[in-house]
Amino acid sequence: MTRIITLASGLLAIATMAAAEDVAPSAVSFADGGAILASLSGMPGDPANGAVVMVDRTKGNCIACHQVTAINADFPGNVGPSLDGAGDRWDESQLRGIVSNAKMTFPDTVMPSFYKNSGYIRPGAAFTGKAPEGDLPPLLTAQEVEDVVAYLATLK
Amino acid sequence: MTRTTSKGVISAAMLSVLASTAGAEIGDKLVVNGDLELTVEAPAPAFMADTGIKTIYSGWLFRDPDTQKIEMDDFDNPGMLYVDQGAEMWNTPAGTSNKSCADCHGDATETMAGVRATYPKWNEAAGVVRSLQGQIEFCRTEHQGAEPWKYAKAEINAMEAFISMQSRGMPVNVAIDGPAQSTWEQGREIYYTRYGQLELSCANCHEQNYDHYIRSDHLSQGQINGFPVYRLKDTQLTTASGRFVGCVRDTRAETFKADSAEFTALELYVASRGNGLSVEGVSVRH
Ligand code: HEC
Ligand code: HEC
Repeated sequence: MTRIITLASGLLAIATMAAAEDVAPSAVSFADGGAILASLSGMPGDPANGAVVMVDRTKGNCIACHQVTAINADFPGNVGPSLDGAGDRWDESQLRGIVSNAKMTFPDTVMPSFYKNSGYIRPGAAFTGKAPEGDLPPLLTAQEVEDVVAYLATLK
Repeated sequence: MTRTTSKGVISAAMLSVLASTAGAEIGDKLVVNGDLELTVEAPAPAFMADTGIKTIYSGWLFRDPDTQKIEMDDFDNPGMLYVDQGAEMWNTPAGTSNKSCADCHGDATETMAGVRATYPKWNEAAGVVRSLQGQIEFCRTEHQGAEPWKYAKAEINAMEAFISMQSRGMPVNVAIDGPAQSTWEQGREIYYTRYGQLELSCANCHEQNYDHYIRSDHLSQGQINGFPVYRLKDTQLTTASGRFVGCVRDTRAETFKADSAEFTALELYVASRGNGLSVEGVSVRH
């Protein structure tokens, strides 16, 4: 019996820890110049998934605005600069800052903030045009941000 | 595939697109039925001096040659079917008054000429700025005594198309001063507000980034001189307010309603950014 309880509370502790490892969007701290020093998920990113997130219209949809030669997508946009060489121009913490909240690096930029979930004017539930029921999740999860950052770092 | 990012040289840009598109003969001149040339490029209104935009362009210039061509011939333009439908409704009695629009307004080719060009417009009796749809709906319910058509739905859009056609070729000329000024200012405020989870304003796309591409969409200046437009993709008419709903929704925002005071104010402001371009009657988009 005691063992079962110990086991159960042990699992609970692990579950809580896993959740607590993500830095909450509201708790992200930016260094000078807009960089974020540590991983938002506490885990390394997966560049392969990062590339998927960047193309997916319901997730990053980065290529709506950016061209990336290594990603062979139809009709990349050109509202933002090409991301070729982004891994040379920025280090990982700077890339994490740009993807999470580009406005900390480029004030007034049109680039959306992908790891933020408050401070919006008339936020809607995705593309429904309607007000959300509860709190909005950030556009990308902490791990997805890390995956995208890991991919961008390969663009040299 | 030619892609141009050079702001402010649309005509040249269009010519280069032209040159690269085999068999297409459309460029920067919009001539309808071979005889009516519409103004698709004009100096920006004075109030736009601080926007960086010196020349305003019709959305027609940003479309591919196949789509451009459809607007150049009324027989090809599917929007004309709605104009015909609107003409029929113009003459059809309705409601408790059993009167038609024509019973009060006579021959639309005379009485409605120039109307589209000045709407949205201050209405003295009501003490508000009314969009053309708002005015049509007011006549429909108050003067005819008929059921409202509901904003941005098929019938009212057809009537708006018919009325717009009576101003085809006239320069957009909405008033932004006098009693309309505060509404116009409200519209300007909305135009520059970064709505939604993507935090994008109209200006972010249509002022700062026109002539760029968002994915495969060639961003125009978001002008409404061509509205209502017939959208080939939707196979129906879209009004300016309907388009606003779509653009705001695409920023992951809670939109305003098509007939809201907010979108009427925005319509006035956006229309005024097109002062000097021709009313196109019913334009065509993909
Ligand atoms: C709506 C347009 C838009 C979207 C969507 C967008 N960006 Fe950007 N991005 C920009 C613009 C514009 C800039 C240039 C910064 C400025 O505004 O001055 C930029 C800058 C950047 C930079 C720095 C560019 C360099 O190499 O110097 C990176 C890296 C970047 N974006 C990555 C991303 C990623 C990753 C995504 C998706 C998760 C994304 N962007 C989505 C518009 C966008
Ligand atoms: C994320 C980018 C974006 C934002 C923000 C945006 N639009 Fe658009 N808009 C588009 C795209 C893409 C199109 C289709 C291509 C075009 O005509 O520019 C479009 C089309 C339009 C058109 C149709 C133009 C034509 O000739 O058919 C109008 C009018 C318009 N937008 C107005 C607005 C207004 C007003 C706002 C703000 C309430 C706004 N847009 C916000 C992207 C945007």
